[in-house]
Amino acid sequence: MRADLKLIHDWVPQGARVLDLGCGDGKLLAALARDKQVVGYGLEIDPDGITACIERGVSVIEQDIDDGLSNVEDDAYDLVIMTQALQALQRPDRTLDEMLRVGRECIIAFPNFAYWRHRLYLGIQGRMPVSKSLPHAWYDTPNIHLSTFRDFGQLCRDKGLTIVDQRVGNGDHEPHWSSRLWPNLCGETAIFRITRASR
Amino acid sequence: MPDTLPPDSVGLVTPQTAHFDTPLALAGGKTLSDYTLVYETYGTLNAERNNAVLICHALSGHHHAAGFHSMEDRKPGWWDAYIGPGKAIDTDRFFVVSLNNLGGCHGSTGPASTNPETQRAWGPAFPVLTVADWVHSQARLADRLGIERFAAVVGGSLGGMQVLQWTMAYPERIANAVVIAATPRLSAQNIAFNEVARQAIRSDPDFHDGWYEEHGTVPKRGLKLARMIGHITYLSEHSMGAKFGRDLRTDQLNFGYDVEFQVESYLRHQGDTFSTSFDANTYLLMTKALDYFDPAALHGGDLAKALAPAQCPFLVVSFTTDWRFAPPRSRELVDALMRADKTVSYASIDSPHGHDAFLLPHPRYEAVFGGFMRRAARDLQLEETT
Repeated sequence: MRADLKLIHDWVPQGARVLDLGCGDGKLLAALARDKQVVGYGLEIDPDGITACIERGVSVIEQDIDDGLSNVEDDAYDLVIMTQALQALQRPDRTLDEMLRVGRECIIAFPNFAYWRHRLYLGIQGRMPVSKSLPHAWYDTPNIHLSTFRDFGQLCRDKGLTIVDQRVGNGDHEPHWSSRLWPNLCGETAIFRITRASR
Repeated sequence: MPDTLPPDSVGLVTPQTAHFDTPLALAGGKTLSDYTLVYETYGTLNAERNNAVLICHALSGHHHAAGFHSMEDRKPGWWDAYIGPGKAIDTDRFFVVSLNNLGGCHGSTGPASTNPETQRAWGPAFPVLTVADWVHSQARLADRLGIERFAAVVGGSLGGMQVLQWTMAYPERIANAVVIAATPRLSAQNIAFNEVARQAIRSDPDFHDGWYEEHGTVPKRGLKLARMIGHITYLSEHSMGAKFGRDLRTDQLNFGYDVEFQVESYLRHQGDTFSTSFDANTYLLMTKALDYFDPAALHGGDLAKALAPAQCPFLVVSFTTDWRFAPPRSRELVDALMRADKTVSYASIDSPHGHDAFLLPHPRYEAVFGGFMRRAARDLQLEETT
């Protein structure tokens, strides 16, 4: 399993009701159902991802996150997960609001644009970064809202959200000690666990 | 029909009949003392009797869903694209049961059958049936065939309503539900279309308040009109445009009221064919069953509550250009299933063919439908039976 998914897997409580936004081929939800008796749904718009979920027995709903979650009631889920979709949304901030409306807690993973390899691309070569976590060219990328580990932390603070945990992951590897010291520089993937603003 | 049967066809099939002497109490208050159901089966029922799939048909459907009745048949059954060896409903694994619903006009007891009390044809006196009545009779057919629990109950359009009814009325007898191009209840617009169709039939002078058989007439004009308006709603504006455009039958306008545009010719042909092959009283009855279906109404309008008894995984499929049973109607159902914590997957298939898309071959539809059925077969540990 991808390092970020493994970390998320560890964070999810037993028997939680989960909504996975942009669930892809449903591997995470399938693992959570198997290992943690999680119940829930994935939302996806990619036809191949949807078919893969259905074959796997993962509940998947064809729904565009950019259209909002107005069909989901407040507090319907214990946990809302979104991996590798934040950067492709029209308005990530509004989706974040929606996620915290329908779920008490959120786990969000996205490519950290401030990762040192990305900085090398931009800073030394003067070109838009292309990497394992950002595999597209600038002209055909679905990633329209790239951000950094630090940016997202700032957004959470601006919104008064509580960051329960924040980590970085590095591809398929265990995070290097350096990414604990300098997450914004050394983390390839940013992973946040957040809850609503405390009153 | 070619000289040889296609390899992915269920082949030559023969309809069977089952007669029932146990009275069937109907939702409308009446009782059918005895009745006959005509049905076909494809594939082999396994020793565990857990590989049966029930096909529920739509408004003008019938039991002949797949294969050919004879080598002279021009066309296979109405859902041949999805039933057969290696198809979405794989008859190498599943045993398929497809029946003509009660009230139909293809061999099951209906308005054209003899009323045992009067020894005349039932005609308009045949009781109005509901989706619940159909499902009740289907469960009895399952009993007769020794099927305790269906591996899946599958249906499109009005057939999808029957699938929903199965999940609520017999949750322990259905392992999987596939609801295609359906709705948990008709919209006002849908009921309106049905009413126009009914009025077309009922206002035909040959209808004789439904006693046309005794008058030796057939309300062909009414049936034709009913089918024409129905047909318009089953296609999309796009598919009609692509098929006919503004093409004329001759090369010029005639400034008259005969058939001029190809689309007129097509609709008239569809209507004519239908008016000689379908029973008017059956058409009225089927549209009423559609109109009446509203499981949420019994639970204060709360569909999630109505669906509470359901236990099985659902697959819900809609088609982007279907405006008769539009995608938002399927979403209504999906949202209610999610609220009710049911296992459900939903796909909205991009097709230009309107409501009719549920009958037509389509790679993504096939992948989604087939994927769900393969998962169902895996969960039930079904082996190949052939």
